[in-house]
Amino acid sequence: MDDAIRINTPVTSEELKMLKAGDRVLISGVIYTGRDAAHKRLVELIQKGRGLPVDLNGQIIYYVGPAPAKPGYAAGPAGPTTSGRMDSYTIPLLEKGLKGMIGKGTRSREVIEAMKKYGAVYFGAVGGAAALIARSIKKVEVVAFEDLGTEAIHRFYVENFPAIVIIDSEGNNLYETEPPKYRRG
Amino acid sequence: MREIKAELIKEIVKDLFIKTNYFAGKDLLGKFKEAVEREESPIGKSVLDQIIRNAQIAAEEKIAICQDTGMAVLFVELGQDVRIVGGDFNEAVNSGIREAYEEGYLRRSVVNDPLFDRKNTGDNTPAVIHIEIVKGDRIKLIAVPKGFGSENMSAVKMFTPAEGVKGVKDFVVETVLKAGPNPCPPIVVGVGIGGTMEKAALLAKKALTRPLDRRHPDERYAKLESEILDLINSSGIGPAGLGGRTTALAVNIEYFPTHIAGLPVAVNISCHAYRHAEATI
Ligand code: SF4
Repeated sequence: MDDAIRINTPVTSEELKMLKAGDRVLISGVIYTGRDAAHKRLVELIQKGRGLPVDLNGQIIYYVGPAPAKPGYAAGPAGPTTSGRMDSYTIPLLEKGLKGMIGKGTRSREVIEAMKKYGAVYFGAVGGAAALIARSIKKVEVVAFEDLGTEAIHRFYVENFPAIVIIDSEGNNLYETEPPKYRRG
Repeated sequence: MREIKAELIKEIVKDLFIKTNYFAGKDLLGKFKEAVEREESPIGKSVLDQIIRNAQIAAEEKIAICQDTGMAVLFVELGQDVRIVGGDFNEAVNSGIREAYEEGYLRRSVVNDPLFDRKNTGDNTPAVIHIEIVKGDRIKLIAVPKGFGSENMSAVKMFTPAEGVKGVKDFVVETVLKAGPNPCPPIVVGVGIGGTMEKAALLAKKALTRPLDRRHPDERYAKLESEILDLINSSGIGPAGLGGRTTALAVNIEYFPTHIAGLPVAVNISCHAYRHAEATI
């Protein structure tokens, strides 16, 4: 990963503009976790006009529900979950300043359009590489919705979290550009 | 009648679920190595490298390969000359799951009610248990923790007999194409053909317990497996869906007699975390 671009959170749209689909990145700083249940609650809070338990401005959300950590470990195995399930909740969060998402799998047209509008990036982590990814997580805190267990919002302190830019802020999408190169017949 | 203690069943279930969540099988590691050598896509190669390193780390540190340690599926081949003593069979299985997920630091991913409450049961129970009565005085247990990234991409379809081989091929390939990057490719594709609707689905799941170095004993089905595998690997989806030659590691087909009017086909997808472990008591 010598060719990887190092980025630190929080991020700005200007920094993210430099990232292109296919770039390998190593992310350091704070990232927040969230899956279906936490997303649902965040969007409900926004709809009710209430404040959010975390300030999303310039932040990255990692779609993950980690496994429990063994004693002596900062984090349990923590690979990405399927992002598409978060599509219907994503746009209100982008409106609140969310700048990046880490997950696996395709995103909807609407989400990609909103990412272009708000200058956000979709990163992919390798699904199932959970033990490897856990090594880049140095500290974990639960920050909201503790009752959701693995689905609670956690704050991860990460160092060189390995990811790849799948959809950049211009809407270029590796899932669309790469597979055709290897298609036969 | 051979007596087998419920306690022993519990211990073995626990051991199988921990083991298969920590250790990738030799068959799987062999397939990864072949794939990384063959892969033409640089991104695909680096994804496969990460998958291989991940399996090494999980085995060394005795932690789960993937955080989604699955809903617990257990196939039971119960010898008819066995009597289970000292407790309830289902309870023994569920206690084994409970202890495996607690003591093995595996993620609890089961909710009590699928539609309304969706409250986590807190211990990954209940297991999905499939029991078959067989001859003899042994019990065979096959543990399959099933992640839902890939489970959600599965499908069943009822064909007419006339649609035949072509119908089956197109359906399997179409299901895989539709899944794209979501089921964490490289995948293993379980295909169940025949029986009734639920029988086909069960066969497809059972097909995902077959070691990857074994083909179907019937030549015609073995040929169909390799033809479908070629079609899938021509799709370009590749490792993690980021392009490449390695979209699937294997296609495993199981079949059963069916009705004169029908041709049920089920496709059950497993991710590269191809976890299955068995023991015979
Ligand atoms: S599909 Fe498999 S490898 Fe991917 S996240 Fe789910 S269990 Fe893990």
